[in-house]
Amino acid sequence: MRHIISLLMENEAGALSRVAGLFSARGYNIESLSVAPTEDPTLSRMTLVTIGSDEVIEQITKQLNKLIEVVKVVDLSEGDHIERELMLVKVRATGDDREEMKRLADIFRGNIIDVTDKSYTIELTGTSSKLDAFLEAIERNMILETIRTGASGLGRGERILKV
Amino acid sequence: MSVELTGAEITVRCLQEEGVNYIFGYPGGAVLFIYDELFKQDKVKHILVRHEQAALHAADGYARSSHKVGVALVTSGPGVTNAVTGIATAYMDSIPLVIISGQVPTAAIGQDAFQEVDTVGITRPCVKHNFLVKDVTELASTMKKAFYIASTGRPGPVLVDIPKDVTQQKMVFSYPSNVSMRSYNPVVEGNSQQIKKAAQLILSAKRPMIYTGGGVILDNASEALTELVRLLNFPCTNTLMGLGGYPATDKRFVGMLGMHGTYEANMAMQYCDVLIAVGARFDDRVIGNPKHFYSEERKIIHIDIDPSSISKRVKVDIPIVGSVSEVLNELIKLIKASKEETDAHALKEWWKQIDLWRERDCLRYDRTSAVIKPQMVVEKLYAVTKGDAFITSDVGQHQMWAAQFYQFDKPRRWINSGGLGTMGFGLPSAMGVQFANPNGTVACITGEASIQMCIQELSTCKQYQLPLKIINLNNRYMGMVRQWQEFFHGNRYSESYMDALPDFVKLAESYGHVGMKIEKPEDVEGALKEAFKLKKRLVFMDFITDQTENVFPMVPGGKGLSEMILV
Repeated sequence: MRHIISLLMENEAGALSRVAGLFSARGYNIESLSVAPTEDPTLSRMTLVTIGSDEVIEQITKQLNKLIEVVKVVDLSEGDHIERELMLVKVRATGDDREEMKRLADIFRGNIIDVTDKSYTIELTGTSSKLDAFLEAIERNMILETIRTGASGLGRGERILKV
Repeated sequence: MSVELTGAEITVRCLQEEGVNYIFGYPGGAVLFIYDELFKQDKVKHILVRHEQAALHAADGYARSSHKVGVALVTSGPGVTNAVTGIATAYMDSIPLVIISGQVPTAAIGQDAFQEVDTVGITRPCVKHNFLVKDVTELASTMKKAFYIASTGRPGPVLVDIPKDVTQQKMVFSYPSNVSMRSYNPVVEGNSQQIKKAAQLILSAKRPMIYTGGGVILDNASEALTELVRLLNFPCTNTLMGLGGYPATDKRFVGMLGMHGTYEANMAMQYCDVLIAVGARFDDRVIGNPKHFYSEERKIIHIDIDPSSISKRVKVDIPIVGSVSEVLNELIKLIKASKEETDAHALKEWWKQIDLWRERDCLRYDRTSAVIKPQMVVEKLYAVTKGDAFITSDVGQHQMWAAQFYQFDKPRRWINSGGLGTMGFGLPSAMGVQFANPNGTVACITGEASIQMCIQELSTCKQYQLPLKIINLNNRYMGMVRQWQEFFHGNRYSESYMDALPDFVKLAESYGHVGMKIEKPEDVEGALKEAFKLKKRLVFMDFITDQTENVFPMVPGGKGLSEMILV
């Protein structure tokens, strides 16, 4: 099952490589990983998307907790949570396709943030599955390039991850 | 006005503050300033090894036999890469070590400088934690953290990488009196509700079994364990890492369990109805195939300091995270105070069953053999040393015979590389044991293959006059490899024969030690007695043993605990 794990760790050189190293050493999957400092610059917050059985996810959270620089770990998928991912897609936009692309971006509430006479760059945020759906709605040969940030998430309401 | 010290002086001062008596190391370019400061003082004694792997094993043996943090000092580049085997060995067995490594100057890092490696990167997967000290202002606090992390929670090796220029930078030294880290707060006390549940389950058991590992030794919980086992009159088994946790000569001890465990220990483990696992981790060499282990129903209580050790290979019913000695003491209190009692009738029946398994006499061997049986050497060693020696071992058949036939009544007497299985561990770790226990009798049980992996340390032993006794069980084979090839590879002894062996007697003599060669069973005891009389000399005893003796019982890889090959 897909799990979205959120963690706070010391914002120190090498902390990210400890997390990445743990996943490769123990054979766990990383679907996506996004990380940046928090409002407290001594802390970084990371969101990790991984796939595994309940036993594997239990081990992942335990092993993450064991890393000396990790301060807190929470499996967001254990409760209600909000999840967003940012994607930039550069698509062909010529002739009739130009209008079609604009319409499609509107349907998915995307913004066109760069325009040339041959292309649009569309900015989209949403759950990972929404972004997948957008890509599926466009013909493959229309896509020039894409970049995705990987998911970021927060617990809903009172669920707060803080030191 | 406070005086400014260099990073090198600060490093040595930190070691003094931590009460470090010995460090094991080898000098080189990046650590020259630290060596210079070591030279100027005499509180911290430096022991010069002949290879960095040995420095780590010696620090490791020192730590295992003393409950202190072992310390090693190596230079950058090859100094570190040589040390990696020793670091990984300590990591697998959760041994508290602090390793100080030199690094090229900060300005040269990343420039592929002479003797540069990414030490933090290379060692990351085999340390509990590591640090690169980029500024002298962080040095003292980092050293403090290193000792704290290494020795608390589930212990382990911590490496501090210090660039050469940092050892030259100056600042006023002050050693922090305590450490507080928001990201590292190991749990000590177990959850009292869980302990209560465990006590109830224990008292209701009909076929109980207590299975304990290295955690009992590391947390100095042997006394508590012994009290609990005697209070309950339950059978107790120790893992390879846990030997000495419970007195081996007590009748409640059913021997070591696992791949080469006793028949009675493995059968009791498989067929118990309540299993109490203490400071152990259900390793593949201990329970064999987990599916087969599951095929019998039992309730499991698991006490361990490391939450990630719980429900990793085997799902448990009552997990208790905490210091094993604290939790065991709590359990003892609860059981003593409880109105309920153990089921004496069921327990009697269970002991009857265990005694039947014992009658199988699974460790028997041919005592009338005309060639020396390795088991007999270990038995005689036990008798001659009155069971009171510190025994280190290398890895292979001799290690298993040592574990099976030397009966450890006390903790921290059995020193071996259980997790990583590092050949070459025995001799250098024995050096560390001797430094930690200057009046102790220290013997290294080894084989002709393993001993050659760190044989150069005979020179270190000469330099420091270490009176070790080396028991070389020489069968001219890599015995355990040969055994597997016999059982599972159609007797094709691929590269497992040891040809062109040195004359170990002359070799020992050339290093300034005493050498003995023993070829007949009737000479074994006399030779051992003679060797142990030489209290000030290292004696290398080369026992020419039966070439084809195998270790029994054996649970083949992938099989279940009750599927042993028996003699």
